[in-house]
Amino acid sequence: MADEYKAPLPNPTPDSKPFWDGLKAHELRIQRCKDCGDAYFYPRDVCPGCLSGNVEWFTASGRGKLHTFSIVYRPLKYPPLQAPYVLAMVELEEGPRMMSNLVGIEPDPAKIRCEMPVVIEYADVTAEVTLPRFRPAS
Amino acid sequence: MALEKLHAQRGSIAIVGAAESDRVGKLPGKSALALHAEGARNALADAGLKASDVDAVLSTGRQTANDVPEYLGIRPRYLDNTQMGGCSFIAHLQHALGIINAGVAEVVLITHGESGYSRVGMGSGDRFAPDTPPGQFEMPFGIGGPATRYALAAVRHMHEYGTTKEQMAQVAVATREWARLNPRAMMRDPITVADVLSSKEIAWPFNLLDCCLVTDGGGALVVTSAERAQSCAKKPVYVLGTGEASCHSIISQMPRFHVWDAAIMAGERAWAMSGVKHSEIDLAMFYDAFTIVPILALEALGFVEPGEGGPFVADGKTGPGGSFPMNTNGGGLSYTHSGMYGMYLLVEAVKQLRGECGERQVKDATTAICHGTGGILSASATAILSTER
Ligand SMILES: [Zn+2]
Repeated sequence: MADEYKAPLPNPTPDSKPFWDGLKAHELRIQRCKDCGDAYFYPRDVCPGCLSGNVEWFTASGRGKLHTFSIVYRPLKYPPLQAPYVLAMVELEEGPRMMSNLVGIEPDPAKIRCEMPVVIEYADVTAEVTLPRFRPAS
Repeated sequence: MALEKLHAQRGSIAIVGAAESDRVGKLPGKSALALHAEGARNALADAGLKASDVDAVLSTGRQTANDVPEYLGIRPRYLDNTQMGGCSFIAHLQHALGIINAGVAEVVLITHGESGYSRVGMGSGDRFAPDTPPGQFEMPFGIGGPATRYALAAVRHMHEYGTTKEQMAQVAVATREWARLNPRAMMRDPITVADVLSSKEIAWPFNLLDCCLVTDGGGALVVTSAERAQSCAKKPVYVLGTGEASCHSIISQMPRFHVWDAAIMAGERAWAMSGVKHSEIDLAMFYDAFTIVPILALEALGFVEPGEGGPFVADGKTGPGGSFPMNTNGGGLSYTHSGMYGMYLLVEAVKQLRGECGERQVKDATTAICHGTGGILSASATAILSTER
């Protein structure tokens, strides 16, 4: 089944590899700045708040809120989920926002609302890659 | 201090040539470079200047800054390939201001050509390759074309302010009314809000008629000093103010989804440099990649308070005969949209200010604002133009 997954996959770079390795271990590892204290995403070697290189990885809670979303009715050739599906911007409890998919809810604009609490789940889409997805928190 | 220095340059350069490719629309017989060339030739003819008069070429959409000058047979002493998306050409106008006033160049050619629909001579190159930030942090989640990306801003704007799909649809309706007056426009049949809402669903909250066209086309501007402009073929259109800014590249990094920060930054500069007041604007050319975008621009540029963009457009005042003429060529929504649409905003503004727009002419228009998006609301560029210095 893993071989059948045709949707786009990431090719991690040295600055992002710990994030992707974390997902494979079913942990959401992101970074924070040891100088200004801000957590940030996407992974990078400098803090986007203060340009410090004094940054560290930590494991985030995987909880957050849906910040904004779209429902994709006409996907690209190889979508990650069957259309229509929900493209989501999630604001993590720790502050940063990340793009993901919202699952476990009907792709209906009347049922999805900004600010709804969400929690991560891990989708092992291939032997190498695990993608973060979020579902409504109960 | 910087702003005083900028304000002193108000009206110091002028657009003396502005033209598009012979045709816009579906042009399978034209390569992207050929469309740059048609625009360039037509704009130089419009200015009454020759290719040999040009000493700077500002363009984008090609691999290197040498590509367009080579095709045109021009040997510039200044090149600029700044690529910040569809508003690049408005930013190039600010770059022209800098180099003309610094004495680096005197006659600047800004060109655009794109085979956005037919994909002829467009080259390859994947901006979303799997090892890039979009390739790693957006593509795996099935982000589609630009519609799904702009949708994220639209949905948050709806959440924050109560903006409705009907209000957004009205942008498409009013813009179509302008297109009906433009013989070159691709879409000229009248539409209603109900038509927009019942058109094919693309990406919530956008239906097909909320989305810009995909076409082929080109265009160019010739820009020179206000002094030299006096001897050109047509009445100069002076550049009173310019601004550009960038606040992110990929949409997931947008600082505030319901507020267009880059547009605020670009607009603040253009207003300060020009000293022009909002009430003095006769024509607004606002990049309409999707119906939410002019609404965001109205708010970011201070024409309305935050959140009032939707109600502002809802009564159709941006259409023909309305109190706020906007996108009089028919916009990217109904006129043409080859990809980097910013050039067409500038060409239309110049033609309106010269009184060359026939049936769709805005009566006595002397001052216009052009504002564009680059990337996915990533960058912005603003220009305030006028027939008077
Ligand atoms: Zn920091």
